Amino acid sequence: MCLAIPVEVREILPNDMAKVSLNGVVKLVSTALVDDLRVGDYVVLHVGYALAKIDPEEAARTLEMLASAGAIA
Amino acid sequence: MKYVDEYRDGELARGIAASIAREAAPSREYRLMEFCGGHTHAISRYGLEDLLPDNVRMIHGPGCPVCVLPMARVDMAIACARDPRVTLCIYGDLMRVPGSNGASLLRARAEGADIRMVYSTLDAVRIAEARPDREVVFFAVGFETTTPPTALAIRAAETKGLTNFSILCNHVMTPPAMRAILDSGDVESVRVEGFIGPAHVSTVIGTRPYEEFAQRYGKPVVVAGFEPLDVVQAILMLVRQINERRSEVENQYVRAVVEAGNLKAQAVMDEVFERRETFEWRGLGWLKDSALRLKAAYARYDAELRFDLVEAPARDNPACECGAILRGVKKPRDCKVFGTLCTPDTPMGSCMVSPEGACSAHWTYGRFRETAGRERSRLA
Amino acid sequence: MSKHHPVRRRLDIKNGRVDLTHGAGGRAMGQLIEDIFHAAFDNDWLRAGDDQSAFDVAAGRMVMTTDGYVVSPIFFPGGDIGSLAVNGTINDIAMAGARPLYLSASFIIEEGFPLADLQRVAASMGEASRLAGVPIITGDTKVVERGKADGVFISTAGVGLARVGRPLSSDAARPGDVVLLSGTIGDHGVAVMSKRENLEFETEIVSDSAALHGLVAAIMAVGEGNVRVMRDPTRGGLAATLNELAHRSRIGFSIEEDAIPVRPEVAAACEFLGLDPLNVANEGKLVAIVAPAAAAAVLAAMQVHPLGRGAVAIGRAIADENRFVQMRTSFGGGRIVDWLSGEQLPRIC
Repeated sequence: MCLAIPVEVREILPNDMAKVSLNGVVKLVSTALVDDLRVGDYVVLHVGYALAKIDPEEAARTLEMLASAGAIA
Repeated sequence: MKYVDEYRDGELARGIAASIAREAAPSREYRLMEFCGGHTHAISRYGLEDLLPDNVRMIHGPGCPVCVLPMARVDMAIACARDPRVTLCIYGDLMRVPGSNGASLLRARAEGADIRMVYSTLDAVRIAEARPDREVVFFAVGFETTTPPTALAIRAAETKGLTNFSILCNHVMTPPAMRAILDSGDVESVRVEGFIGPAHVSTVIGTRPYEEFAQRYGKPVVVAGFEPLDVVQAILMLVRQINERRSEVENQYVRAVVEAGNLKAQAVMDEVFERRETFEWRGLGWLKDSALRLKAAYARYDAELRFDLVEAPARDNPACECGAILRGVKKPRDCKVFGTLCTPDTPMGSCMVSPEGACSAHWTYGRFRETAGRERSRLA
Repeated sequence: MSKHHPVRRRLDIKNGRVDLTHGAGGRAMGQLIEDIFHAAFDNDWLRAGDDQSAFDVAAGRMVMTTDGYVVSPIFFPGGDIGSLAVNGTINDIAMAGARPLYLSASFIIEEGFPLADLQRVAASMGEASRLAGVPIITGDTKVVERGKADGVFISTAGVGLARVGRPLSSDAARPGDVVLLSGTIGDHGVAVMSKRENLEFETEIVSDSAALHGLVAAIMAVGEGNVRVMRDPTRGGLAATLNELAHRSRIGFSIEEDAIPVRPEVAAACEFLGLDPLNVANEGKLVAIVAPAAAAAVLAAMQVHPLGRGAVAIGRAIADENRFVQMRTSFGGGRIVDWLSGEQLPRIC
C-alpha cells in the first residue's frame, strides 16, 4: 500500500493530469502535488498521484555511493 | 525499469553486506527497526536477512496502515458498506482484513454489499460522479503517503459540487507511532537502537520530523528508498552511526526525499484535515494526536457523521499476536497460531492479510527458513 | 399445403440484441443458432441440427475435460472469451499428453447482449477451432434475464484420445527432474487487467491465449516416457502450478528467478499493480517436468516450435518434505514462491 514506483512523464495534460510510463506501460495520473513537471521527468507515483520528482543528479550520486560501498569487498 | 533495476543489483548488495559484516562489531548486537511495511516487504521478498551478519537484527515496525487498523474501525467500514445506499470504495488490501465475528469486507460483498476495489481516489470520485444515485464512500486508510491523495479527492468533490461523496477517515501519522515504540513499556525487550525511516512517507513529510528521535531519544534514523540496495545501504549507515555513537537523521533516499518534504502535499493535508485527540492503533493502544479527521468545514464529507457510524469496542482474537508483532516484541514465528490456524487463506489478524504485514511477508517469502531449526536458506 | 410461408427476416446483427425469445426454443432461437453459431463453426455435425453429435471412438483411453469461461471484459487485447474457451479446453486435454478431438460449447447469454458482440465471439471461436483443427460439434444456448449473467458465459467440454504409454500424472515428478517453461509469463493476466475498469492502463501486451496441442505433440515425440507431467499455468500463475505439482508429487522445487522470462512491459504493469508475475494467469504457456536425461532434447524440441521459441529450463525438482517451491532471487537471496491467497482480481479466465 505504500507501494510507490518511479515513472517517466510522457505527456502533460490539463487539470493537473499527466500520462506517465513505466517500461512502455502508460497510465493517466494526477500531478496536483508536484510543480514544474516536464516531459521526460521522472516522478514517484503512489495510488494514482505523483508525490515527488526524482532528482537525476542525486540518483546518480546514490548509485556512485552504492557502487563504491559495494565494491570495497 | 529506470530508477528501479539499478537499485536491485545483487552483486553490489553482497558487497555492501560484506561491509556491514566487517564494520559490525562482533561483540555486540545491532537492533534496527524498519518502521515501514514496505521495507518489511522488501526485506522478505529479496531475502535481505540472508545477507546480514547474525548480530545485525531487523525488527519489524508498525508502519503498515492496514495492520494497525483496529478491528473496531474495520467493523465500522463493514457496517457502512452494509447500508444499501452505500457504494464503498477501498484499496485492494483491505478486502480480507478480519472484522469481529469472522466478518470482512469480502464476506460483506458476498452478502450483497456494494464494495469496489479502486487503484486511486481519482477512481472513487469518478464513481461518485457517474452514479449520483449512490452514496459513494471512500475507505481512507494510510500513513502520510496516502493522505494527500485523499485530501485532493475531497477538494475535487468540492470543486465538482458532489453531494454523494464522503470518506471514512482512518489516516494515521508516522512520528507518533515511532514515539510510541520508544516510549512503550517494551523498551527493554525491544531495545530499538536505530530506525530505517519510511521512504515515501518521507517524500511527503520530509526528514525534519525524525529529528526528535535522533536528538531527544538518541536514536539514529536513516530514511531509505524501497529497493533492496537502498535498504542495505541504510543498514550500513545505521551501523556506522551506532559505531561512531552518532544519532543523526540521515537521508539515503536523496533522489526523492528533501528535508522539507512536499510542501504542496503538506498544505493540502493541513487544509482538509485536523488531528484527532486520540485514536486506537492495533498493538500500540490509544495514541494522542496520532490520526486525522476532516475539519469542521468539510464535515459534510465525513462518512462517520453522515451515516452516524458508531465505533463499538472490539477485541482481537486472543490468540492473535499482531499487537506484539507490530511493537516488535514478537516475531511471526512466536505466534502460536501462525501458519496453523492463521494463514493468508484464513487470516486471524491483519498482519497476515496485508502484503506489508510481518506475518504475511514471513509466510509468503520466508517461512522456509523455519524448517529444520534455524538452518539458513539452502540457496544461500 | 399452407399458403403461408413466413418471411425469414435476417438477424439484425448490427443493432440487434439477444432477447428472451432467443432462448425460448422456438424459431427465434433456431435462427440465432444457425445464423451465428453454425455460420461461425461450420461443420457437418452442426449442420445436421441435432441436440447431440456422434463420432467413432478409436481404441484406447479417452480423455475428457470441462471448463467454464467468465472472463471480464469479454474482449481483451489478444483474444476474447470465445478464443479463450476454445484454446483453454484444448489445452486441458493436451496437458494430459492426449490428442484433442472434439469440443462442445454451451452459451448462457444475458438478455440485451448485442448480437454484433455475439457474432464476434462466435467468429473468434470458429477461427480458433479451425486453426487448432478441433471442431465444435455440439452446443447449447440459453438466455437469462438482464442482470443474471454478465454478457455471456461459456461452458465447454472437450474429448481427446490418450497417447499409448505411461500416462502423465501430477504425482509423477521426482527429485532431480528438470522444470521447463515454454515462454514468458504474465501476459494474459496483464492484458485482461489493462482493460479492467478502475485499473486501466495503456499497454501493447496481448494475451498469449493459444492452443498448445501442437507443442505438446512435439514434446511427446522426443520425450516419450521421460515426460512426467505437463500443466498450463492459468489461474494463479506459475506459482500455483508449481505448488500444486509439489504437493501432488510430494517434492519441492528449486528455481532461479533470473531464468524465468517476463516481458519488461508485463514486469512494469505488475509493478504498477503491486503484483508478482509469478501469480498472474497465462493462457498459452506450459510447464513440463522432464527426467534429466531427456531434458535437453525436449527443450530443443520446444524451442523449434512456434509456441515454444522462448522455452527455458527454470529449475529442478528437489527432495523436500515441506514441499516448498524455493527460488533464488535475481538479487541473490532466497525466498519461497507460494500460492497467492484469495482472489486478488476476479475473473481473469
